[in-house]
Amino acid sequence: MLTNKRLILAHFWLAFAVFGLAILLGAWQMFVRSPLNVWHFNPELYYRSVTAHGSAMGYVFPTLIAMGFGYAITEATLERPIIGRRWAWAGFLLVAVGAVVALVPVSMGLASVLYTFYPPMVGNPFYYIGVVMVVVGSWIWVALTSINLVAWKRANPGRPVPLAMYANTAGSLLWGWTAVGAALEILFQILPVALGLTSTIDAGLARVFFSWTLHAIVYFWLMPTYIAYYTIFPRAIGGRLYSDPMARISFILFLVVSMPIGIHHLFTDPQVGAGFKFMQSVITGLVALPTLLTVFTICASAEIASRLRGGKGAFGWVGALPWKNPIMLATALSLVMLGFGGAGGLINMSYQLDSSIHNTQWVTGHFHLIFGGAIVIMYFAIAYDLWPQLTGRAMQSFGLMRVQLWLWFVGMIVTTFPWHYVGILGMPRRMAFYDYNNPAVSPQAFSVTMSVFGGLILVVSAALFFVVLIRGQMAPKQEQEPYRFAVAVHQPIRLPVALNSFGLWLALMVGLTLVNYGYPIAQLMALKETSVPAVYVGAAR
Amino acid sequence: MSEQPLFTFRNPWCAAGLGLTVSIAAGSALLGLIALPLLQPDLKLSGIWDAICSAAGVPRATPAHVAVQPDFTTSKVVMTSEMLTRPNAVSIGRGATLAQRCAICHGPQGVSDANSPNLAGQYAAVTYKELNDFKSGARVNATMSPFAINMSNQDMLDLAAYYAFLPRVPRSHSDPAPEAPVIVVNGAPMRNIAPCGSCHGDIDSKAGSPWLGGQSAVYIKAQLQAFASGARRNDISQQMRNIARQMTADEIDAAARYYESRP
Repeated sequence: MLTNKRLILAHFWLAFAVFGLAILLGAWQMFVRSPLNVWHFNPELYYRSVTAHGSAMGYVFPTLIAMGFGYAITEATLERPIIGRRWAWAGFLLVAVGAVVALVPVSMGLASVLYTFYPPMVGNPFYYIGVVMVVVGSWIWVALTSINLVAWKRANPGRPVPLAMYANTAGSLLWGWTAVGAALEILFQILPVALGLTSTIDAGLARVFFSWTLHAIVYFWLMPTYIAYYTIFPRAIGGRLYSDPMARISFILFLVVSMPIGIHHLFTDPQVGAGFKFMQSVITGLVALPTLLTVFTICASAEIASRLRGGKGAFGWVGALPWKNPIMLATALSLVMLGFGGAGGLINMSYQLDSSIHNTQWVTGHFHLIFGGAIVIMYFAIAYDLWPQLTGRAMQSFGLMRVQLWLWFVGMIVTTFPWHYVGILGMPRRMAFYDYNNPAVSPQAFSVTMSVFGGLILVVSAALFFVVLIRGQMAPKQEQEPYRFAVAVHQPIRLPVALNSFGLWLALMVGLTLVNYGYPIAQLMALKETSVPAVYVGAAR
Repeated sequence: MSEQPLFTFRNPWCAAGLGLTVSIAAGSALLGLIALPLLQPDLKLSGIWDAICSAAGVPRATPAHVAVQPDFTTSKVVMTSEMLTRPNAVSIGRGATLAQRCAICHGPQGVSDANSPNLAGQYAAVTYKELNDFKSGARVNATMSPFAINMSNQDMLDLAAYYAFLPRVPRSHSDPAPEAPVIVVNGAPMRNIAPCGSCHGDIDSKAGSPWLGGQSAVYIKAQLQAFASGARRNDISQQMRNIARQMTADEIDAAARYYESRP
């Protein structure tokens, strides 16, 4: 039963508004650096736009989705209004105000440092303060999630925590811990420089701190998607979840191993020893495990639903799935993109193979396929599924939803496949201008042009998404059944305490972080003469 | 559900979770910090502790005697962008007198008729560095080395100042200037060749890079070939050797002809 519908709806609408603005910037960026654009713009505008696009899409949009969806899960599964409603609104306001505080200096060209900060580049302090506000706002959600869970467990001793809530809490705890790296970097390294208290910065250490956040943030973005796979998809297609404990184990694995692996972003960085790079490469490989478990469980759940509908044969049941159901379609398309993106990711995480694509457009293609593709398409599905509950009005535009989801899938493939390919050809990322007349660069021109059209398809799909949501908001009021998540074939009555709590897994997560990050960070902090002069971005020259 | 204690080895979840995590972490550490470094033949590790330190990234000061000394003389001149940029009239005058010895090859006005380099208008720092290198033996030439060997530091400063003072060679060809070749404008990024123009003028000028406009094509070509073969090696950090080795014969020709035609 959802009580605080306005709170949840506010999160979703702000998230999608930010997404709508940022996708336009993304499409513009695709265009200006393609051969379709005659070179006639200020490259600084490109970096400004990339910073805004990345900050909005990376920090604000998924955080708000995780928060809004998280509050919905808390209320729907614990079957009571959330504790700390005012705090939740305060968190929302912090994120909203933080987004504005961060993006104003970016749009003024005072903080074109890209969303990954890249010290020793240092921009206007308000950019970083805004990002910190967004993170602190989300930490309120992290705290509220655990507070609500603990209160419910006290009131219901021994009862299994509903799967959606268990997963939601895992996601919030993962975020709470993984955001610490970037927070340390901003508060103790970048802000003192940005505020003029000091003029040098240990860029190597800053990059190590950021890698602490940067990889697991992807799994934080992924959490709502996985929760939707496990707890919305089986119910939406009229089936049951294949295994509840398997789902819990997947989320636990994400919590433990998805964080201490970020150094695979630093494979070419000299400040980290090769041994630690190898160790983190191994553990990065382990992250494939919960994803493979998930793919298995979700496909098994789909088979259960299909056979209930009369699906027959070894593969014939696939045809009997309710393909007209938008959640079915979104999940299938999401899994296809996750498959391709995951395969590319195995190359990124391999210490040796990575060197062939490190810092090329391959990497940009990879994370757009995973995040923009596999993850965001499920954000759409979550919105489609929750909207009738939040607005009290029935969704009617199912045809439009299917067109929107297909367009998103096709657009994402057309955008990212050529993007991967030019990366293999050696096209570097983070550049505003490529001279396609150069014989060495001209073979990339066709693929880059293709990507631009993919980007346009994505913009059209996003526009359709807004049409569907707004039509949903304007439909006539209708009585809605209480919202519920999928039940498992064997719905747990009793669970081992390990699968119903987080203490053990948090201890392992923190322990593994200390093993994998402790020495590299301690060494860089102890070394003298590792700081370099800051490069101020947007300052008067 | 009876609340079984979580943090005990009797709890199979705790034992398995902890056991798996520790064994994976320990296994990857053994491989990454000990086994793999020891398998690298180039690392020349003295033992297990050395392997761990090396793989963990512990910075080590290389002992001086380990550094490989080249079997040839390297340039000792430290180039800076401010070097010799303020000419001094007395120095120019002394340089003019000293330069009479150079005129037979480099021309009375610093413009050569014999495919020796034109020195008129050359950056003082460049002339000074080359004279120093001839003197120290970092650069060797049958004609130049005996001249340089007896020069004092002041002589070299004066000559450099005098030649920098002379006007550059005007455009010597009447036919229209050829278009700048790709190697000059773009370089060849896939072969790690920066554009010639990014150091030698047009795009940017870097400390120590000579002005090449109006220089004899025969001379430029000979120098690029000498860099490529390693016969000349007084370039800082192998900058020009790395570039010349990667250049094709056609690119060398094109660059040489282009610079000869430029003022």
